[in-house]
Amino acid sequence: MRGMRITAAVAAAVLVLAACGSGTTSGPKTLKIGFTASQTGAQELTSKRQVEGIKLWADQVAKAGGIKLKDGTVLTPQLVSYDDESKTDRVQALYTKLINDDKVDFLLSPYSSGLIKAAAVVGEQNGKIMVTAGGADDATMEQGFTSIYQLYTPGSKYLTGAIDLMLAMDPTVKTIAIVNEKDAFSTGVAAAAKPYAESKGLTVVLNEGYDSGTTDFAPLVNKIAAAAPDAILGGGHFQDGQTFAKAVFDKQVAARFVALLVAPPEPTFSAIGAAALGIVGPSQWEQSVKYDATTAAAAGATWYGPAVADFVTAYQTAYGAAPSYHSVGGYAAGLVLEKAIEDAGSIDAAAVRKALDALNLMTLFGQTQFSTDTKTHGKQTAHQMVYVQWQAAGDGLASQVVWPVAVRTAPILPRQ
Amino acid sequence: MNLGALLPSAIDGLLLGCVYGLAAMGLTLIFGVTRVVNLAHGPVIAMGMFVVLAVASGAGLNPYIGVLLAAVVGLAAGVVIYVVAVDRVINAPELTTLLATFAVNLIIIGTATTLLTTSPRAVDVDLGALRAGNVTVMGTHVVAVVIAVAAAGALYAFLFRTRLGKSVRAVAADRAAAELMGINSRRMLALAFGLGTALAMTAGALLATMFSFNVLSGGTYETKSFVIVVLGGLGNPTGALIGGLVIGLLEGVTAVVIPVSWVPVIEYAVFVLILLVRPRGLLGSRQ
Repeated sequence: MRGMRITAAVAAAVLVLAACGSGTTSGPKTLKIGFTASQTGAQELTSKRQVEGIKLWADQVAKAGGIKLKDGTVLTPQLVSYDDESKTDRVQALYTKLINDDKVDFLLSPYSSGLIKAAAVVGEQNGKIMVTAGGADDATMEQGFTSIYQLYTPGSKYLTGAIDLMLAMDPTVKTIAIVNEKDAFSTGVAAAAKPYAESKGLTVVLNEGYDSGTTDFAPLVNKIAAAAPDAILGGGHFQDGQTFAKAVFDKQVAARFVALLVAPPEPTFSAIGAAALGIVGPSQWEQSVKYDATTAAAAGATWYGPAVADFVTAYQTAYGAAPSYHSVGGYAAGLVLEKAIEDAGSIDAAAVRKALDALNLMTLFGQTQFSTDTKTHGKQTAHQMVYVQWQAAGDGLASQVVWPVAVRTAPILPRQ
Repeated sequence: MNLGALLPSAIDGLLLGCVYGLAAMGLTLIFGVTRVVNLAHGPVIAMGMFVVLAVASGAGLNPYIGVLLAAVVGLAAGVVIYVVAVDRVINAPELTTLLATFAVNLIIIGTATTLLTTSPRAVDVDLGALRAGNVTVMGTHVVAVVIAVAAAGALYAFLFRTRLGKSVRAVAADRAAAELMGINSRRMLALAFGLGTALAMTAGALLATMFSFNVLSGGTYETKSFVIVVLGGLGNPTGALIGGLVIGLLEGVTAVVIPVSWVPVIEYAVFVLILLVRPRGLLGSRQ
């Protein structure tokens, strides 16, 4: 009996020593990153793109041997995600689960401003760092959050740039209609566009919202046609934006300029054929716009991550389709988090927060820098939008970058 | 307010109202004959949309073949739903049949979401447009109205001109008396459920030729159908058709004078008003 006790004591001592040893030897560790994906519901298509980007980033990091810290620690990303069904109540419950049950180290965001708004509150309350892609709402980032970091250009700039583009194309445009989906993001964008348009001497002849999920736009388009604006600005997300563009075409509304949110940069927007012709859309990223070490140096930023062309090739190989800006947003969210962890040299939240605050980064997604102001902490300050327009190309259609002039692939054309 | 939009919106509303009416006829026929409030109505409408998608985009055939197929599939699906989910509880309190059809609703939505996802879909149907002044009427809308009216006419011819149809009406009027006359009421109830489902799927198929959709799109039209059947009179197919036209017109015209997002508020205000002032609806019997 006494012999057994001695054996047990020796075994325990060996185990303790082994455990102590493992604490001083840096080896591969799992970096748990949680987020929700909209596998069903209104945000399904764009969320799918974003998640593909996140997965590609995680796969590439894992294949490259993980995130290597200065102390020799290697972190291998492990993604933990659930279907939020495009519902805010699901987002709140699932982000709580990710933090409390799954014990994730960091959070990435769901897609869309409405869902991010719900997720951000949960992340902030639990002091968990979240890098958001797929959300541009200004209001969410003006609540004095300390742990939420926004990758996208804020929504207030989506249509103001389109107004600049429109007036550069045709200074005779005098009247506009603003019609938008009645969700947090689109309403915020429209609210910023109206005073900006008026400050440019434009008259807003119609300013209306429509419910999310609207498919019959005939009553609204009839009103627009009767108001006869020179230009139409607005939209919301993919499905409504595409259907709205089709209705404007079918009813032959003679607006010279039509700019819609979210939908036009998506490659499948052209499925509506001739109805897509001339439609302009703000985009967070286009593959023809080059970001590299040279543009990084010019902007005073640090270049980080793969080249645009390498990303596009890898994405097409993985998913058999061209990436949209939603895909790159997801990828870049992972990339920014990776860089911040590297700079911090650990996964300690305070150290990573400090690294994110100090970041001035140029990646394949463009420039990233976060506000450090108390009220707008984490809001994106450096990323720039580009504007695309669907133009005729042979027998089909092609999406061309038309603004800013410095990076355009084709000049803007008035809508026929 | 811009009255230039009044005429085109009124015409668009009336055309769409015919299709709303067809969907509501399905709901009201089932209630009129079986006394079952069919909460699987929305998913069935969505099924009609996907039949057209399968025929047009999957098989590359004319989408209107899909409309015809949707009616046939709808008839069969309705009979199956009745036999599997409703028949055993047909004489139970109304809450039981309500829950039975709600279960069917959840089964269809769950299965369709898993198999088809909720991605937006569209069927590319280009029939041109009729244009006169500021009025543009899409060819797809005109064809939808023609088919909806033809389907409604065929239903009436069946119910009033055929022996089988008269048997369905007899069961609707008095099930016990009909059975005493030698009518197999169980078969007639299954047939009525099939016909109602066929009408709903046909309406869904026609909507698919006009608008984009996904597996959850039926919900919107289900709610509209309830408003319409209450407006037209529960159990009255003619009332449903007229109710559809009224709601369609209301949607079109009110959107001209108030913001479009207020239109559903007006619709549901009418719904509550009808329940309060004339609960039997416009064409419902006093009983």
